[in-house]
Amino acid sequence: MSSRETILQRLRNRTGGELVAPVSDFSVLERPNWSTEERIERFERTIESVHGEVHRCTRENWIDRVAEILSARKARNLLISSQHQIGRELRAVAERDDLPNLLIYDEPIDSWQPALFNDVDAGITSTRGGIAETGSLILWPTPDEPRLMSLVPPIHIAVLEASKLYTTLYEAMHAQNWKTGMPTNALLISGPSKTADIEQTLAYGVHGPKELIVLVIE
Amino acid sequence: MADPIKVYPSRPEKVYFFGTCLIDMFYPDAGMAGIQLLEREGIEVIFPQDQTCCGQPAFTSGYHDEARSVARAQLELFPEDWPIVVPSGSCGGMIRKHYPDLFKDTPDELKAAEVAGRVWELTDFLLNVCHVKLDDLGEPTTVAMHTSCSARREMGVAEVGPALLGQLNNVTLVEQVRAEECCGFGGTFAVRHPEISGAMVEEKVEALVDTGARAFVTTDCGCLMNINGFAEKNRHPIAGKHILSFLWERTNENKGGGL
Amino acid sequence: MSEATQHPHIDVKEFHPRAHEALHNPQIRQNFRKAMDGLMSKRKAAFEGWDLETLRELGANVRLRALANLPDLLEQLEQKLTENGIKVHWALDGDEACRIVRDICVARDAKTVIKGKSMVSEEMELNHFLEREGIEALESDLGEYIVQLANETPSHIIMPAIHKNTGEISELMHEKTGTDLSHDVEYLTAAARQQLREKFMNADVGVSGVNFAVAETGTLCLVENEGNGRMTTTVPRCHIAVTGIEKVVPNLEDVSALLALLTRSATGQHITTYFNMISGPRKADELDGPEEVHLVLVDNGRSSIYQDDELLDTLRCIRCGACMNHCPVYTRVGGHTYGTTYPGPIGKILMPHLIGLDEGRHLPSASSLCGACGEVCPVKIPIPDLLVRLRRESVDGDKLHPAKVRGHGSKRTPLEAAIWKCWSWMHSRPGLYRTGTRLASRFRKLQPGRAGAWTDFRTAPKLAGKTLHEQLRERGK
Repeated sequence: MSSRETILQRLRNRTGGELVAPVSDFSVLERPNWSTEERIERFERTIESVHGEVHRCTRENWIDRVAEILSARKARNLLISSQHQIGRELRAVAERDDLPNLLIYDEPIDSWQPALFNDVDAGITSTRGGIAETGSLILWPTPDEPRLMSLVPPIHIAVLEASKLYTTLYEAMHAQNWKTGMPTNALLISGPSKTADIEQTLAYGVHGPKELIVLVIE
Repeated sequence: MADPIKVYPSRPEKVYFFGTCLIDMFYPDAGMAGIQLLEREGIEVIFPQDQTCCGQPAFTSGYHDEARSVARAQLELFPEDWPIVVPSGSCGGMIRKHYPDLFKDTPDELKAAEVAGRVWELTDFLLNVCHVKLDDLGEPTTVAMHTSCSARREMGVAEVGPALLGQLNNVTLVEQVRAEECCGFGGTFAVRHPEISGAMVEEKVEALVDTGARAFVTTDCGCLMNINGFAEKNRHPIAGKHILSFLWERTNENKGGGL
Repeated sequence: MSEATQHPHIDVKEFHPRAHEALHNPQIRQNFRKAMDGLMSKRKAAFEGWDLETLRELGANVRLRALANLPDLLEQLEQKLTENGIKVHWALDGDEACRIVRDICVARDAKTVIKGKSMVSEEMELNHFLEREGIEALESDLGEYIVQLANETPSHIIMPAIHKNTGEISELMHEKTGTDLSHDVEYLTAAARQQLREKFMNADVGVSGVNFAVAETGTLCLVENEGNGRMTTTVPRCHIAVTGIEKVVPNLEDVSALLALLTRSATGQHITTYFNMISGPRKADELDGPEEVHLVLVDNGRSSIYQDDELLDTLRCIRCGACMNHCPVYTRVGGHTYGTTYPGPIGKILMPHLIGLDEGRHLPSASSLCGACGEVCPVKIPIPDLLVRLRRESVDGDKLHPAKVRGHGSKRTPLEAAIWKCWSWMHSRPGLYRTGTRLASRFRKLQPGRAGAWTDFRTAPKLAGKTLHEQLRERGK
């Protein structure tokens, strides 16, 4: 008999007899319906408490903000998507002096991995929404915005539309109907990469980005 | 799965008193104090002379056959439906929480559950059933309190001791750091793992001494024996007594007087 | 690491000598005390404003619901994962799980494995297995990396290097990796980042654990702060996840409850930096991610625990570590004293099933049964009750409920059994008890000043002149 069958058989023939599955009441996870403003404030407060940065901006001025953020950090380049509106809008103004070099993630990683790991200073991605209660961003990487964009560069800029800010994870996964199909990789990101493994002392950027900067578009 | 919510009985005419073996042999004064506090509330206290021990030492050591024999001998001692009060969170917890499991699948199952349901920790009973009002007759003093883990977690009486002490006008209660942490007694744990238990009681005594108080009270004689024993052996300037002894001494007009 | 590391053989039975050593090591005492105090207060703060009892109730309920349908859920999980392109393997024990991982590596001609944090892989002793097979396995979680550099095992399931302070880590990294001696945690962290980035790029296979496996969608969830888990599961071309069979939950919404409990209980965080949900390998049009994803479902004693209604509660565990953070014994002796993969209260109730009650016979007794662990457990595992259950099994102490755990009865000695029999005999005979206690109090002057281990630390308790029984009898009660 295979291990699979052995294990399943042991579980099915348990000596304790049949177990009855209880019904679960998730109402303890529900929160009052905060207004958009309340959600933004809570999101901002929470993500800032874990060393994230939030900039509130508009559809008109977000690129100015990106430029300010990156020049203040002397970033040499910014990794963008090729198809997403964020990438397209940035490319449209690629000539601006205050923007760093724009790099497009449009090749399989295998062909340029060392460059991504060693030479890219920042990456910018969209988000699928946010969670106010925990200060989290929902990211579903796509062929256009691959997984490593939000992980490898030391600075990750994420664009969040205020209208897609949910109150709780429980609410978000229902509102977006996650159970009907998950992507190959989905993420909640709630701050920059960090560790407290050395004597409980927080240090940022241990493996992933040292900085997480969220642009909330209102 | 939730812990049952406590439903206090109305104030009865009589109660059974389960004295516990530690009080019987080492701290009978605490038992007498508890009885006198109840009697002062106008409650008749019945002490079944055939009581011995709740069975906990054997139970926590894994010797459940032996624990059950001893526990069974206690089950018959409380025939009327009066509350059973216990001057210990630990022994109270044993009967209230563990008797039903210990007698599961035995002919005594129902009896054990019935007895368990009548068990009250004595300070809890004084405060929340008798609604005792204490009149402090003692000199001003400062004490710390150590609530035993079983009183705190099995009997849910963490707030009771401080509330009773709070009724005493001349008593200042100070809280030690990590008040919720175990003193290291744990019954046979203290002799099976003496060094670990010793390290725990050492820190508990330090925490108590650091409050500045020179006296502490506790709900349980196991903790008392442990903390006092360590403090005495290592000459730390603190000594404790059972909270019932303390409450009785502070509120009794003929202090030190007979019965 | 170039030289092959030899796994230090740890004899679980040597609990007392190790406890002795830890108790007399001020550095260990201080490192743990400080860390546990911090973790306890952070947890408390993180649950402020929550109806914690109801939330814990939900956590227990969700886990119970998963366990009630465990075989069906495992099959559903397997089916969904397979549909998603993830290959599922089943292992009866740690060795079989190691062989499965090795075979996947060999088939890919893999020479280096980078690992995310996984307690199940510790249980399997995977690193040493792979090294013996000529495959390098490198830990990438900073704490695990430090522990591996020191050739030690984790001393805490969430914070593996919690037993070390900055100075010790600095010296270790200096000696093993050539970093400067420095107490600057940022510097040390940045150095590790640099060292490990190289490894991520070159690793052939990534091995990770799983926090929750969702049956309805075929999703593997990983909870982490560092990003090494994401690296491990994204950068190498092959990702192998290993997990215990109990980690499956029916629905995605179950995860929202368990995640809320897990991170707050573990480190007092509202959520970790990354919550990584993996439902498949890289698709044809995707530009990164592993080409192959495997899940190894490991039994290793779990199906035995599953047989018994009471022991079953052990399997509710979501590995938050709150029980150890709040344990007064763990705080004093540290994780290594236990000599087991999982230390602290959860280790005491879980390990006996994995290694047998004979091997682990000191574990259930090393508790004052203070109940702090049960009080904070996010899924309400009645840890103290299970400790008592295992104590009972270890001495075959109940004829009505015969022992079931492997190695039961191994702690029973004729002497101790006789003592309890005698004790029971006396305490079930009221007349005898009264006579005995009366005589003891009469002759209390003869009481010895020493009473075994008790008086190593304390004075002996003093018998009263008259028992309560006597005093009340005289009073006519």
